[in-house]
Amino acid sequence: MTETLHSDESELVAFVVGNQEYCVDIMKVREIRGWTPATALPDAPDYVQGVINLRGSVLPIVDLAKRLDMETTEPSERHVIIISQIRDQVVGLLVDSVSDILTVSNETIQPTPDVASEVAQSFVGGVLALEDGRMISLIALDRILPNFSTDTEVEVAA
Amino acid sequence: MDSMETIKQTFFQECEDLLQDLESGLILMNDGESDDETINSVFRAVHSIKGGAGAFELTELVKFAHIFENTLDEIRSDRLEASKEVLKVLLQSSDTLTDLFEAARDDVEFDDTERADELRAALQGFIGDKPEEASDDGGMPAMSMDDMGFEPVILDFDFGDDVDVAPDAIVFDIVFTPNATMYAHGNEAVRLLSNLAELGDANITCDRSTLPAFDDIDPEGAYLSWSIELETEKTEDDIREIFDFVEDDCELQITQRGGAPEGGPEDGLPDEDSAETPDIAIETTSEAPAMDNNEAVSAAPVEVASVEIEVKAEEKEQPKAEAPAKPEKKAEKKAAAPVQAATIRINLERVDRLINLVGELVINQAMLTECVVEAGLSRDSAVSSGLDEFKQLTREIQESVMAIRAQPVQSLFQRMSRVVRKAAQATDKSVRLVLEGEFTEVDKTIVEKLADPLTHMIRNAVDHGVETPEKRLENGKPEEGIVTLSAAHRSGKIVIEVSDDGAGVNRERVKQIAIDKGLIPEDAPLSDSEIDNLLFMPGFSTAENVTTLSGRGVGMDVVKRAIQSLGGRVTISSEPGKGSVFTISLPLTLAILDGMLVHAAGQTLVIPLTAIVETLIPKPGDIHHMGPDGRVLNIRGTFVPMIDVGYELGFRDSPTHSERSVVLSVETDGGTQSALLVDAIQDQRQVVIKSLEDNYGHVPSIAAATILGDGRIALILDVDNLVSSAGDSRASFDPTLVAAE
Repeated sequence: MTETLHSDESELVAFVVGNQEYCVDIMKVREIRGWTPATALPDAPDYVQGVINLRGSVLPIVDLAKRLDMETTEPSERHVIIISQIRDQVVGLLVDSVSDILTVSNETIQPTPDVASEVAQSFVGGVLALEDGRMISLIALDRILPNFSTDTEVEVAA
Repeated sequence: MDSMETIKQTFFQECEDLLQDLESGLILMNDGESDDETINSVFRAVHSIKGGAGAFELTELVKFAHIFENTLDEIRSDRLEASKEVLKVLLQSSDTLTDLFEAARDDVEFDDTERADELRAALQGFIGDKPEEASDDGGMPAMSMDDMGFEPVILDFDFGDDVDVAPDAIVFDIVFTPNATMYAHGNEAVRLLSNLAELGDANITCDRSTLPAFDDIDPEGAYLSWSIELETEKTEDDIREIFDFVEDDCELQITQRGGAPEGGPEDGLPDEDSAETPDIAIETTSEAPAMDNNEAVSAAPVEVASVEIEVKAEEKEQPKAEAPAKPEKKAEKKAAAPVQAATIRINLERVDRLINLVGELVINQAMLTECVVEAGLSRDSAVSSGLDEFKQLTREIQESVMAIRAQPVQSLFQRMSRVVRKAAQATDKSVRLVLEGEFTEVDKTIVEKLADPLTHMIRNAVDHGVETPEKRLENGKPEEGIVTLSAAHRSGKIVIEVSDDGAGVNRERVKQIAIDKGLIPEDAPLSDSEIDNLLFMPGFSTAENVTTLSGRGVGMDVVKRAIQSLGGRVTISSEPGKGSVFTISLPLTLAILDGMLVHAAGQTLVIPLTAIVETLIPKPGDIHHMGPDGRVLNIRGTFVPMIDVGYELGFRDSPTHSERSVVLSVETDGGTQSALLVDAIQDQRQVVIKSLEDNYGHVPSIAAATILGDGRIALILDVDNLVSSAGDSRASFDPTLVAAE
């Protein structure tokens, strides 16, 4: 990525979750690494796979598919963890694979269409159409992560 | 932050130390264990605070410190007896001085001026309204001042609002002869002389008579002396202040010429001649107070520019302040003058980084050990024995690093004596705080976080524990109640006890209140210790009247929670009529813990070693069922509730009965026993505590996480929490468990 980014452009990391394509702002991504087994946490929401050790710090792994109301991921070595910074916490997002890095103009990001799944809708901050006809949903990272310490139970109930 | 601000911060930091010295000194005096050095150190502390405060124009602080200092000076020179009454005011003054200091530090308006004025008046009362006459007034007019052992410093008897306003100009003859050491310590005569010249009209003559021939001159020697004729409005005190740093290293004679000392009785003095030229020359070297760190601020004159220089001088002095590495503890307790070991101030961040790195090292070492085991190397191979040494070293490094963070609880404890005084005053009780083991070292973080819970417990002890004086006398106890605060290392833990010799827990009332508040069912059969533990229940407050002290809606449950968040526990024992003891036990450090690695439902968990009483393999016949889910284990005749850890944490769907299961008998907060059922014990080792809350949040029954040798994460069990939540799910009533919530 050598070209300079215009102020109205965003760089995005695109990835696949359960045959659908999603993306997040590249500025929120710290690193991408292969799957390592996570240690399960008691009483955790079902989309939290557990915690892993990232160079000495403990970070939770969110199964993005489950979070988006799809099937729980059965992680294998082919799966990928996107380490991202959400607010002041560092969290790993479990996805199937990383597919692309895109530079898009902010104008091309459209509001989320009305779809059936409220859960999916609430975590998608917008969609963008690519020239080859693909549609990629932009994940609103801030909403992915409940405030674990206070909202955990509410989330479980929901 | 500009340099001025930096110096100010340093001053504030040192002030904290000084205030501590002050308080500990006063307490020693109060206990009647003081010697001359105690009063000197107390005086120096106040003097230093005043000096520094003056430099930063903290007028309120200066004003108060000034009169405080003068009162102390009266005691120092034996003109005022340090009676209980006087000391009471002094102690209160030290509290107010602390308040003033805190207000100045936090840059807020001091809100208790009334009290400050009151104390000022009280202090003024001790030294009398006409302090100027104190020296020559009355019975011994013919005595010259040095015969009486007076130090000239005390001539500053100006109790007006301004500190350093002095009357008419006086002429002083000063003879100043530096020793070689003065130069060696980096002080310059020229600077001192020019400072002196700033005080007034100075006529300085250099005496070169002792100067040897050029060939004989030792380049590091001292040969000159100066005589100065100084006409100034300042007091001798001010002159001495200039020489504060060098007084050990020079001969200094200050003689006041002509006239009486300022404000001194000019007429009415029988012996005019002696008044004419009072012989108050004093060899500074004779009084030579030990120079210590704190002195840095003391000498800082009102001019800022010189502050830096003074500090430099102090640095030069420091090598002198070498103290024996391990002073005897008993002696240390008594010695009010701080024996200072060479110390440096380190940014806490650096220490924490070091600790983190050592943590990584411990993990790394565990990883290596696993590799060696996997490689199938024999125990006596060179690698294995090398690894053992490595292990040993790691442990030592880790302990040393931890020791950096450790600090004595003394400062914390001393703050508590203030709490006691204030609480006693507010409740009209007479209470004395006895400190024990204040040199016990505890992790700095723990010390800091203990301040609030301890304050609360101490207040409680005074407010609820100790009875009113009338009641005490009625019960045949001495009028003065005693609250004891002690600290000790006990089997890898810090144990802090707050005990009082009061009435003990009024169990009838406690139970009634708990019933009234709906905390327990009316017919709950409770043992004495269970009733005592009710105090820790949320929403419980025994004070009949809500006093200004305790009973502000913050109960002992908050204390309990605070202690628990530090990985500790608090228990109470009480004996009617004899008092109560609150015991806090805390881990030595928050960074590393000794734990037992166990397997439960496919997970590796760490159970803190401190909680484990014993491990055993239960015989099938020892396990008994109670109700649908409940099981109890017969351990040598005692039935103990059994908790399947894997099931309790939700890792498996139903409690298991494996014949190979191992039981860890653990003891919880309230001293109740439980049996934790796990699949297997893997190892016992030190683990580095990693926070789960940074990136995730609090997990019930889990205290923290750690990283295993293979890089995976294992969860550290919060035994108390696990047991109590298991207790909850059994829906049985057990106050100790509810309280532990």
